[in-house]
Amino acid sequence: MSRLDFDVAHLLAGSLVLISILELYQDRLYALLNVYALHALTLAASVAWQAFVQDAPHLYVTAGIALVFKAIVIPVALHRMIVQLGIHREIEKVVSIGFTMLAGMALVALAMVVMLRVTHSADPLAQEDLAFALSVVLLGLLMMVTRRNAVSQVVGFMSLENGLVLAATGAKGMPLVVEISVAFSILIAFIVIGIFLFRIRERFDTVDVQALDRFRGERR
Amino acid sequence: MTFNALTGVLLVPAVAAALLAALPGYRLTARLNVAATALTLGCALSLLVKRPPANAYLLVDDLNATFIVLTTFVGFSTSLFSLSYIGHELETGRLSPPFVRFYHAMYQVLMFAMNLALVANNIGLMWVAIELATLTTVLMVGIYRTHEALEAAWKYFILGSVGIALALFGTILIYMAARPVVGEGLDAMVWTVLLKRAIEFDPALLDLAFVFLLLGYGTKVGLAPLHAWLPDAHAEGPTPISAVLSGLLLNVALYALLRFKMLLAANAEALAPGPLMVTLGLVSLVFAAFMLYRRRDIKRMFAYSSIEHMGIITFAFGMGGPLANFAGLLHMTMHSLTKSAIFFAVGHVAQAKGTQRIADMAGLTETHPTLGWTLVLGVVAIAGLPPLGIFMSEFLVVSSTFARAPALAIILVFGLLVGLAGLFLRLNSIAFGEPRGANAKPQASYVPMFAHLAIVFAAGIYMPPTLVAWFQNVAGLLG
Repeated sequence: MSRLDFDVAHLLAGSLVLISILELYQDRLYALLNVYALHALTLAASVAWQAFVQDAPHLYVTAGIALVFKAIVIPVALHRMIVQLGIHREIEKVVSIGFTMLAGMALVALAMVVMLRVTHSADPLAQEDLAFALSVVLLGLLMMVTRRNAVSQVVGFMSLENGLVLAATGAKGMPLVVEISVAFSILIAFIVIGIFLFRIRERFDTVDVQALDRFRGERR
Repeated sequence: MTFNALTGVLLVPAVAAALLAALPGYRLTARLNVAATALTLGCALSLLVKRPPANAYLLVDDLNATFIVLTTFVGFSTSLFSLSYIGHELETGRLSPPFVRFYHAMYQVLMFAMNLALVANNIGLMWVAIELATLTTVLMVGIYRTHEALEAAWKYFILGSVGIALALFGTILIYMAARPVVGEGLDAMVWTVLLKRAIEFDPALLDLAFVFLLLGYGTKVGLAPLHAWLPDAHAEGPTPISAVLSGLLLNVALYALLRFKMLLAANAEALAPGPLMVTLGLVSLVFAAFMLYRRRDIKRMFAYSSIEHMGIITFAFGMGGPLANFAGLLHMTMHSLTKSAIFFAVGHVAQAKGTQRIADMAGLTETHPTLGWTLVLGVVAIAGLPPLGIFMSEFLVVSSTFARAPALAIILVFGLLVGLAGLFLRLNSIAFGEPRGANAKPQASYVPMFAHLAIVFAAGIYMPPTLVAWFQNVAGLLG
């Protein structure tokens, strides 16, 4: 593998981690959706580059799905849903932004330490791809636990899935069945979430998950 | 592809799901649902005697044949129970006809997904199947569309997705570990190939992969502290789904874990998966045993009991060795049968009383003698009293642990006793005392619960030697 191939792949995967961190400190839903679209766009570029470098044309399909479905269709649909449902556009957080950012940095450091040490036998590209992918997965998890709005939790889940796609494409020659299934699962997941958001809206005046929490637990 | 029993267990539910989604009318579809599960059970039974050779995607061996027969059997009896249960829901208007149609189609999709997860020889395919099963059950849990049901479904969906995501990351890591040895492409995800070559894999990668898989699939098994979705999902969904969740889906996730455990055990340098599973199992057992005490909702209480028993089973498989594995398999079978029987009884009780609150169903043995006493028998069985089947398996788990790790056995026995006392405390207020609450006549189908409890009872007294030999053989496979 040439030096340039490696550097570009590295740059794209690294940008994905950076954009994940950008997502963490957004406090408006629209801004969050825009950053998520950028996240998906970067993923598409990264996957396309992997397809080119690995000479694996089937990966272009995955890149196409990321580009069309995740970077365009989903953000637009969520945007419209927010308008139609009149959801609060501010993101309510469980902990302060400063703390979330610190936790995010700690998670990235953790991912680097764990993955770089464990995967030393793999080739350097796959090794760093996996470390970046784990960072993106952990940052997505962090976002899901520190947000109260259902929509921003969904965005957290989708960026987590982006991390998984990055990992799957970084693993050279991984069979197509998995990539398609990942894309497919996102589609299903999205439909489910869409149904849920609408159903939740029917019953509650907010998509704030905390409103759901009031009904949780034991019936009294 | 030629038709054989293996394609049967996959094709029958898939075709039935499409049919049930298209056909109107409750009477026809509910019976068709029963017929389809019966046919699937027939195919599954024939897998015990004659099975097609493994290919890159599908595999049947003694281990998963056991799981498939258990799954399809409980799936069949639950469909019988659901026949009368859903009929009642339709009458009282809790479910409208379109939702009933949706429910039946989803039931078959769930059966398909569970069977696919069990027969998958490809770890990617297995992951897809378990994800499909999760999404199906999410939709089923939310089917009543009440506040609580939506909240339960949302929580299950979020936690389930996170678990599934972690499991996929673990699956990718397994592929990364296999790639340098097996080579790129399909072979590096085929379980039989992986098992043969596991000894050459990089142990550090395998360790890391197993941690992710344990957390991911462990969420679906309902192991504490990853269990938060389980009580809500059991309490708010339709009762047949609670029975299938407890009796089957938790087992399927555990089966996935067992496959990966075998993979790690094949590599001497990788970390031993046993202690991790033992720890999670014991934590779940003790935690759930204490949670049994303050439950007010009857389905929620039995959901915690399921966490407790999954803890025991995970513990037994974590200990490993022929005897503990045998006990784990037996316990898993007995728990599936007993817990689904309990949920059948609970479903009819909740319909007759019009509530799931424990406080409103006192004196059940007086108002509904048959249901009441069946529930009592079920709880006696699940609490592990002799001479029923669960006593046998729990006794085996405890005695094999005492021989190898007495300290662990003490914690185990402590958890079991706490759970037993908690169950009986609640049972007392449900089954006996001054009758309370509504007194409606249930249109119950008693056959499924009687059949399950009869098997559990018989197994406690006499196990046929062929069955013992079969379980011993499978326990040997698990290593």
